[in-house]
Amino acid sequence: MATTETMTLNMGPQHPSTHGVLRLVLELDGEVIVKVTPHIGFLHRGVEKLSEHRTYHQILPLTDRLDYLAPMSNNLGYILAVEKLMGVGVPERAETIRIIMAELTRLESHLVWIACHALDIGAMTVFIYAFRERETVMEIYELISGARMTSNFFRVGGLSQDVPDEFVKKVGDFIDSMPGYLDQYEGLLTTNPIWLKRTIGNGVISAEDAIDIGITGPALRGSGVDWDLRRDHSYAGYDKYDFKVPVGEKCDTFDRYKVRLIEMRESCKIVRQALDRLKPGPVLTDSPQVCYPPKENVYNSIEGLIHHFKIASEGFAAPEGEVYQGVEAPKGELGFYIVSDGGNKPERLRIRPPSFVNLQAIEQMSVGSMIADLVAVIGTLDIVLGEIDR
Amino acid sequence: MAENNRAVLKLKEKFAASILDVVEFRGEVTVTVAKDAIIDILSFLKLSLQYNQLTDLTAVDYLNKKTDRFMVVYQLLSIPNKDRLRIKTAVTESDCRIPTATQVWSTANWLEREVFDLFGIVFENHPDLRRILMTEDWVGYPLRKDYPLQGPDREPYKGRLS
Repeated sequence: MATTETMTLNMGPQHPSTHGVLRLVLELDGEVIVKVTPHIGFLHRGVEKLSEHRTYHQILPLTDRLDYLAPMSNNLGYILAVEKLMGVGVPERAETIRIIMAELTRLESHLVWIACHALDIGAMTVFIYAFRERETVMEIYELISGARMTSNFFRVGGLSQDVPDEFVKKVGDFIDSMPGYLDQYEGLLTTNPIWLKRTIGNGVISAEDAIDIGITGPALRGSGVDWDLRRDHSYAGYDKYDFKVPVGEKCDTFDRYKVRLIEMRESCKIVRQALDRLKPGPVLTDSPQVCYPPKENVYNSIEGLIHHFKIASEGFAAPEGEVYQGVEAPKGELGFYIVSDGGNKPERLRIRPPSFVNLQAIEQMSVGSMIADLVAVIGTLDIVLGEIDR
Repeated sequence: MAENNRAVLKLKEKFAASILDVVEFRGEVTVTVAKDAIIDILSFLKLSLQYNQLTDLTAVDYLNKKTDRFMVVYQLLSIPNKDRLRIKTAVTESDCRIPTATQVWSTANWLEREVFDLFGIVFENHPDLRRILMTEDWVGYPLRKDYPLQGPDREPYKGRLS
C-alpha cells in the first residue's frame, strides 16, 4: 500500500517575502502547510543589554533602530516612559508636533506595509505608488531631524529643536493629497478580483484567539476587537483629538487591509487637527535637572556649556521605581518597561515589541493553507525583524 | 490608591497569605506575590477579573541587590475594564524555576522562551522551552548582570569613551 510522507522545507532567512531575516521551517503535505516553526534572532543586537550601560538620553538613538520603518513611534514610546518615570511634562507645541510626527510615522509604516504586502501577493503597481508617498514623509523627517530614518528627534521634556518654517506647509500639502492617493490604492486593490481571492478568508483568527495569543494593533482590530491605546489608554494628548477607530468583522486578511486603510485616513485627520492648533511657543520644558539647555546658552555662556556637558555625559538620576508605558505603534502595542534603582542608567529596560508577539500567531493563522497563503499572512501581520530580534 | 484598587482588594480577600507587597508608583499598581501561588493568582485574574491579555512577561536581575536574585514580571491588561496590573514574583538563583503560564495565556509561550534564553529561568511544563533569540548552542544567559556586555571572551566593558 502506498504511503505519503510530509516534506520539510526551509523558507528564509534570505527570502524576498519574509520582510527581512525571518526563517520559517515548514512541514508540508503536498503544498498544504502542516506545521510552521519560525526561527528568529538573526538581527539580535542586544538593545536591552546595551541600555543598562547607557544614560537615559543615550538610549534614545537605540530605539530608532528597533522598528526602523517607524522610528518616531519608538522614540515616542521610550520618551513617554522616561517622562513618566521622571514626572516631567512637555510644552503644548512639543506635544502637538509629537502627535503630527507619530501620525506621519503611522502613515509611513502603513505605506510600506501596503507596498510590500501587495507586492508579495502579486500587485506590483501599488508598491511604486506607495513608495512615492513614503518619500515625502522621509523628506519631512529629513527637514526636521536631518535624518531620513534614524530621527532621534524627541528629547525628555520636549523636542531636540523647533521645526523649520516650511514644515507646516509641507505637512499640510502632504495631508491634503494623501486621501487622493489612498483612493488610487483602493482603486487598484479593493475591487481587484485577484486581490480579493488572495485576501478574503485568508489568515482567519477569531477575536478570542487573537486576545489570548496577545495580538495588538490593526491585526487585533481586524478581528473585531474595538481597542486602540490612543483612545482607550490615552497618552501624549491624544484625548484632545477626534478620530474613529476602525474595526473589522471577518477576521481575515481583507478586513485587516481595510482597517489599515481607514486608519491612514484617520491619521490624516489627526494631523490636520494638530496643524490647526499648532501655536508658537517653547518646545522643551523648563526643567534644568533633566533637559538640555537651549543651544544659544551653550554657545554663549560657560554655565550653559557646563549644563550641556553634565546632561550629555552624566545624564540625570531617575527616582527609584518602575513604570510601563505602552503606545499604539503602527504595528501594535509597543511597550517600554523601565526599572530604575535611583541611578542615571536604568536597572532594566524591557521593550515589548508588537511584531514579536504578533508573529507568534503565524502558525495558528496559516496551518491548513497553501505556502502562497503563508506569504499573505506574513504580509498582513506587518512584522519588522528589527524589533522582533532587538 | 493602590489599597483601594478593585483587583488588589479581591486578591487580598482570596489570596491573603500569598500577597507580599502592593506598591503604587506613577499611577501603576504592582503586586508582588509568592511563587507557589502564581498560576492560581494569574488564572483568577484572568477568569474572574477579566484581565484577558498578557501584555508582557519579562524578568529583572537584581544581582547583589536583593536576596532573591530574579524577579519575573507579568504585565496584565483588561480590555473590557481598560485597566492594567503588574504582578511580580521572586525567583531565587538556587531554585531557578517557575511554573509556566502558557495554559493561562498562549502569549506566554514565546515570552517565556525569551526569558529562558536571556536569563536562564526555567519554566516548568512549558510545551517548547528552547532558546529563541540566541543560537541553540549558546553558552550563558546574556541579560544576566554577571554576563559581560561585550561577550564572553572579551575584555570587560569599562564605560563609554574611557
